[in-house]
Amino acid sequence: MKDLIQSFTQAYGPSGHEDQVREVIRAAVVDYCDRTTVDALGNLIAFRAGGGDATTRRRVMLAGHMDEIGLIVTHIDEQGFLRFANVGGVSPHVLLGQRVVFGDGTTGSIGTERVDEIKDLKLDKMFIDIGALSRDEAREKVEVGDMATYQRQLSELGTRLSAKAMDDRVGCAVMVEALRRLQNSPHDIYAVFTAQEEVGLRGARTAAYGIDPEFGLAFDVTGVGDTPKISNNLNMKLGAGAAIKVKDASVVVPPRVKDLLVKTARDNSIPYQLEVLVAGGTDTASIQLTRSGVPAGCISVPTRYIHTPVETLELADVEASVQLTVKVLEGPIEF
Amino acid sequence: MDGVDVKALCDIRGVSGHEGEVRAHLRTLLEGYVDDLRSDTIGNLFARKAARRASPVIMIAAHMDEVGFLVTGADKNGMLHFTNVGGIVPAMLPSKVVRIGPDAIPGVIGTKAVHLEEASERTKPFDPEKLRIDIGANSREQAMKLVKRGDQITWDVEFGEFGSALWKGRALDDRVGCAVLAEVLREAEYEVPVVGVFTVQEEIGLRGAAVASYAVEPQIAVCLEGTVCADIPGVEEQAYTTRVGHGPAISLMDAGTIHSPALVRQLVDVAEREGIPYQYREATRGGNDTARMTMAKAGAPGCAISVPCRYIHSPVAVCSPEDYRNAVRLVRAFIVSIGRGELKI
Repeated sequence: MKDLIQSFTQAYGPSGHEDQVREVIRAAVVDYCDRTTVDALGNLIAFRAGGGDATTRRRVMLAGHMDEIGLIVTHIDEQGFLRFANVGGVSPHVLLGQRVVFGDGTTGSIGTERVDEIKDLKLDKMFIDIGALSRDEAREKVEVGDMATYQRQLSELGTRLSAKAMDDRVGCAVMVEALRRLQNSPHDIYAVFTAQEEVGLRGARTAAYGIDPEFGLAFDVTGVGDTPKISNNLNMKLGAGAAIKVKDASVVVPPRVKDLLVKTARDNSIPYQLEVLVAGGTDTASIQLTRSGVPAGCISVPTRYIHTPVETLELADVEASVQLTVKVLEGPIEF
Repeated sequence: MDGVDVKALCDIRGVSGHEGEVRAHLRTLLEGYVDDLRSDTIGNLFARKAARRASPVIMIAAHMDEVGFLVTGADKNGMLHFTNVGGIVPAMLPSKVVRIGPDAIPGVIGTKAVHLEEASERTKPFDPEKLRIDIGANSREQAMKLVKRGDQITWDVEFGEFGSALWKGRALDDRVGCAVLAEVLREAEYEVPVVGVFTVQEEIGLRGAAVASYAVEPQIAVCLEGTVCADIPGVEEQAYTTRVGHGPAISLMDAGTIHSPALVRQLVDVAEREGIPYQYREATRGGNDTARMTMAKAGAPGCAISVPCRYIHSPVAVCSPEDYRNAVRLVRAFIVSIGRGELKI
């Protein structure tokens, strides 16, 4: 499990540029499915046919996004500095002092124009310094349109893990680990490692249209309220189990779906907590609104410091998420 | 190659939802050049060119509508109330001559003369809610005989050439894209099927493209635009976005789309091989029909090629005919390259 999280979080894959992380995930999942395909938006779809009783078989779509937030180069100036825009939710304050890495391994440091007050810090005052002395030298390594992500090693903090891109490589890892452990499922499973979630839940939408699932289950991270003086609205916490989504800003999980997940967790003594997330959306919404509608839920891993390079989570919560996923997929999915 | 009269196309009035005259004009331009020409219930015009090969289906969209205004009513003294259609900043409103409704009735968005303004009024931002259009009527009844609620209103600006051969015109966003698409469709034949779609209601939420994409199910999506260009004094170079005269702009990412890296690479390869100047669209704000084309049904890779246009969403925009011609060349060469099977996605 830890190995999966290590290799998935370290892979490069900002939205729309998921080729590298896709190959890492494909290599990890290929032995646990019947076939893998890639669709027009770059979603990786691992299909595994159901066995046993055909009368309980459902077409199930699992979705965890493989893209991560990042930066896109918009301009290269005469001195070789790279101007950039955000890809997904990137804070200028979090970026300050970071090192970033491009798809070919080129690294850069984030700098800023002088600002009188820190609240005046905006992305359009900032730049990436890749050590180039001129525009031409910079363009030997980087072109306008290239994307960079945080460069950050995974670190173990006791029983916790801290890394960039836990959002949502940990969801991808939960899906892969669940498929590895899953012995008998009556369901036709389409495990989709989705593209472009961070820029508008895009990959899941087109993937769901193509798959036309009868049931959807998304996997993502969720915010927590267990750090000093944070929002009163966040009741989730590290170490309290898999988070079963009730709602987020993009979706209300149908109670019958939420209840199925809760009952499965209780019946199998899997630790869980209920997730009410006031801000942020997930692939759950895209699946739910596909075609004439799909019942869809979400299992989240509680995570601190989301969208920073030090997203931190508790391994036991990941384990609970895997167990819950396996149990849901082993049983009948009836509402 | 200038078979399409950009001036004529640009001077037709067509605020979102009022694209009928633009559509009729494009029909006359395309009759006989395409294998199927029809419109749908929302008003999109589809121009399909058959090909020997059945795939990939390339959908190319350019929007017919322009930003403008609608009549919402009149004061008892005959002054018209109006509302904007699409993104227009209030500074674009006062002291403008406009044309209203199907008969292009002239009107003036007047303001108090400088002589009558208090000193404080000259430095305060004005209240756009207080602006009215004067159409020379002196009562509500008289005004409503000349115009109707819901009539479209456009700035009264004519297309023209000026300076070192640049174009200026009102609706270059996106009639210049429509002109590029018409030129591409009037080209002889392509190896792969091309569906040109002249879309409606782009400026108010990419609406026409949403239903058009559902119907076409593109396998490759191409959007043709007149896009933001800020190569003007007071803007730093990194915020120019595009530059007039530096070739058609290839999009990389905007608010609605991350453009397919494979298609971007193909466009760049084609441009370099054919000696067509090009530039990147160096910004991520804004959006266009690509967003709808790439997200329809099970999705498609998409790209966008734009003619840089200064001052869009104002009474007059400025672009380069060279950029226009090079956009036509680039799109044609791109389709030919797809026909040769060069693209590997």
